[in-house]
Amino acid sequence: MSIPVAYITRALKLLRGEVFVLPSRTLVLLVGIILLIFPVLSQEPFILRVLILAAIFAIFAASWDLLSGFTGQINFGHALFFGVAAYTAALLNLNLGLAPWATIPIGAIAAVVAGLIVGIPCLRLRGTYLAFATLAFPLILLGVVFAIPSISGGELGLQGIDPLSKSRVISYYIIIPSMIVLGFIMWKITDSNIGLIFHAIREDEVTARASGINTTRYKLLAFCLSGLFAGIAGGLYAHFLKAAGPSTLELLLSFQVIIWAVFGGIATIYGPIAGVLILYPLTEYVLTRYIAVASEAKTLIFAFIVLLVLLFMPQGLTTWLRDKTEKICPRCKLQNVAWRKKCRVCTADLD
Amino acid sequence: MAANIIVYGLVASGVYALLAVGFSLIFGVARIVNLSHTAFYMLAAYLIYSLSSAAGLNLYLSIIIAIVAVIVVGILSYKFLIARVRQHEATTLIVTIALAVIIQEAILKGFGGQPRSVPKIISGSVDLFGVTVLNQQLLTLGVVVILLLATWFFLMRTKSGVAIRATAQDRDVANLMGINVPRIEMLVMAMSVGLAAIAGALVAPLSVLTPGMWAHPLVMILAVVVLGGLGSLQGSLIGALILGFAENLVIFLAPSGSFLKTSVALTIMLIVILIRPEGLFGIRFEEERG
Repeated sequence: MSIPVAYITRALKLLRGEVFVLPSRTLVLLVGIILLIFPVLSQEPFILRVLILAAIFAIFAASWDLLSGFTGQINFGHALFFGVAAYTAALLNLNLGLAPWATIPIGAIAAVVAGLIVGIPCLRLRGTYLAFATLAFPLILLGVVFAIPSISGGELGLQGIDPLSKSRVISYYIIIPSMIVLGFIMWKITDSNIGLIFHAIREDEVTARASGINTTRYKLLAFCLSGLFAGIAGGLYAHFLKAAGPSTLELLLSFQVIIWAVFGGIATIYGPIAGVLILYPLTEYVLTRYIAVASEAKTLIFAFIVLLVLLFMPQGLTTWLRDKTEKICPRCKLQNVAWRKKCRVCTADLD
Repeated sequence: MAANIIVYGLVASGVYALLAVGFSLIFGVARIVNLSHTAFYMLAAYLIYSLSSAAGLNLYLSIIIAIVAVIVVGILSYKFLIARVRQHEATTLIVTIALAVIIQEAILKGFGGQPRSVPKIISGSVDLFGVTVLNQQLLTLGVVVILLLATWFFLMRTKSGVAIRATAQDRDVANLMGINVPRIEMLVMAMSVGLAAIAGALVAPLSVLTPGMWAHPLVMILAVVVLGGLGSLQGSLIGALILGFAENLVIFLAPSGSFLKTSVALTIMLIVILIRPEGLFGIRFEEERG
């Protein structure tokens, strides 16, 4: 009896000490809770669909950030991982009859392999060359997909895959917790030593190497991790929509993920997730439903919103908000609310 | 067949070369990756369509108005959008993509999604070595050659050209030597967008216009500049020739070639930069000053 009580007290302590001290973390917790209890409030299939797709793309955008935001290896062809996983899951499901719980992990592994295939040749490239080279991979695969319609389904894609579950609410409760857990894992990775090394590679690769870091290995690790998470998102996407089509490999998706991530703020993990959770429902649901914007205009409005926000917050939405509301303690490097005079942990004077 | 490949390959290469040179210029001078470059090319083509076919203006006049208008749009978007965020590399990418999407959507709203076509500037065709070559294709090739020579002459032989090359080599030192760097960047942006607009004017009569026509050339010119080496004009030209011909060889020779043309061209680009990471003619950029 006393063990659960001890756990609850610890959890409450953690909440008070680490979460409620910062408005940003409280907000994240709040959004998480709202997302989790949302079907209790409304079960309208269309809203659930928008939220589910937003969650899938949030995983995808965060995985781009893990690679490009942190290590600075700007990936213009991130759709490759998504598409490879979606097609792998779809092919396994259609031809071998494997269930989603098996096809999604295998799809993710295929995306990791794709990460290696992209990563190894791209180790020699840097900056703009790397960005343009990565752009090529999904488009090459897209051409192949179109050229072998008997296997890939060509322009229509592969239809009739098993759904994730019979009911949409259950799908919701598979995908939303996955997003929360995977987002948390990615954030933990970037918060660890690995994340620190990724930062170092982006800031100055030569210095990182001179400090004894095998940057090659870490860059490949970044490609693989990013591929893994993007692959999970791709597999979920295929099974949720019951189809895997060429749109999962297109240039537009590769660009879209960069737009979401940069809009939210790169090198943060929570930024891209916030970017997708704001932009995707906004364009897919709010604009068309409440402001009665014609569906042709929604891409236009989307582009304008992105443009305006980035003009005033060039580093992205969450980075801008974080800089306004938080300060880093000069002594212990912990975040503090901007209006505190002294650090909440080590009581050093802030600024 | 072989002659067809040569004609179509040359025309495609010429257009890619014009686009890639413009893209390369603004990248070399201002380090801006302008992903809306081909959107300007599309905008020019559509403006010519709307002025000549819809508004009924003289074709030559509408071409001139369209090119000037696109240059103005390019300069305005540089001054008010791109220049404000250019310190942040990722943000510049997004702002230029957003710009391209806005142009695409505006065109979609104004003209609808159906394919449009523009009358040829000069009609008729000639027989060269047993192939019928449209006069428009010859005109395209001629204009491309003249423009590339003019650009080369401008960069190598005039004072502004020297200033542009100096800025591309080292902004800070160029600034110290009394070169007005912001003005040079503006000039290069105008040149770059102008070349894109002319490319649009040349392509419009030879192909159909759709609001999605900017995506494929964008991919191709990114491949061309990487293949040739970033910031190198002759590299862009050679890269454009290689990829333009590769595409047309695949279209004419391979089954389901039109699906695979991009794949093959991009694979060639990848193979080349895996062997020479700085492209065929690229110079390794020195680390930028902090």
